[in-house]
Amino acid sequence: MYRTLFPGDLFAELDRLQRQVQRFTGPSTSIRGVGRNGFPALNVGGTPDSVEIYAFAPGLDPAKLDVTIERGVLTLSGERPNELPDEDRNATVHIGERFSGRFSRTVSLSDDVDPNRVTAEYGDGVLHISIKRHESAQPRRIEVKSH
Amino acid sequence: MSDTNVSTTNQEPARNEVRTMLPPVDVVEDASGITLYADLPGVPKDKLSVRVEADTLTIEGEMTLPLATNMEASHAEVQLPRYWRAFTLGQELDRDNVSAEFKQGVLKLRIPKAEHAKPRKVEIQIL
Repeated sequence: MYRTLFPGDLFAELDRLQRQVQRFTGPSTSIRGVGRNGFPALNVGGTPDSVEIYAFAPGLDPAKLDVTIERGVLTLSGERPNELPDEDRNATVHIGERFSGRFSRTVSLSDDVDPNRVTAEYGDGVLHISIKRHESAQPRRIEVKSH
Repeated sequence: MSDTNVSTTNQEPARNEVRTMLPPVDVVEDASGITLYADLPGVPKDKLSVRVEADTLTIEGEMTLPLATNMEASHAEVQLPRYWRAFTLGQELDRDNVSAEFKQGVLKLRIPKAEHAKPRKVEIQIL
C-alpha cells in the first residue's frame, strides 16, 4: 500500500494555509511584493477623483526626496542620514532601531490617474502625494431624457 | 558603567485598552548623558507628550493626517493613529533637566547625567 512520507501531507496543508492567509490580508499581491517592513511605511487610499499616498518618512529634507512617476509606477526614493555616532567615538549605542541609509519604494498606480496633476506635501514627517484621476475616468451621471 | 540606565518598560498601562504603535528609537549614551531619538511621523507638535514620572519616561503621540474626503484605504501599513513607548530611567540621570526637540516627526531627547554620576578618574594612591 502506498503511503506518503508526510502523513496528511503537512506541506500541502501549510501551502493551503498560506494561500488562505494571503486571501485575507489583501485582494491582490503586487509583483513587487507587499513590503510590509519597508521604509517609509506607506498608506494608499483612493477617492472618486484622486489617488492618495501617505509615506511615513520622518526627519527628511524634502529637497532631497525624489518622487517620480513613470509608466504608471510611482517611485519614492531618497536617503536618510545616520545619526548614530561612529564606532570610535566615545559613545555607546544602546538601542538602534531607526532606519538609516538609502531607500526606494514603489506604488503601482491604476490606469486612470493623470501623472501631470500631482501634488506632494511634506509635513510632520509624512509625505502626502495626491494624484488626480482623468476627468473621463470619474463617475458621471447620465441623464435619461424622455421624448 | 552599566548599560541598563535606560531600559524598556514592557507593561503598557491598560488605559482604556487603547491600542498603540511602538515608535522605533535610537538611544545613544556618552559621558555627559543620553540622547534618545524617536520616529513619530504624523504627530504634530501639540499632540506629542513627553513626561517623566518617578522613574518612567513616557512618550505618547497622536497622529493627525490631512485625509482626503471620501477616501477608501486600499493598502495600509500604518493602521493605528497612536504611538506609545516608555522607558525606565536610572538614578544617575538628571530627570529635571531633560530637553526635547521635535522636528518633522523626529523627537530628540537629551537626558543629562546627574553631576555625581559623571565619569571621573579615580586616583589610586600607592602607599
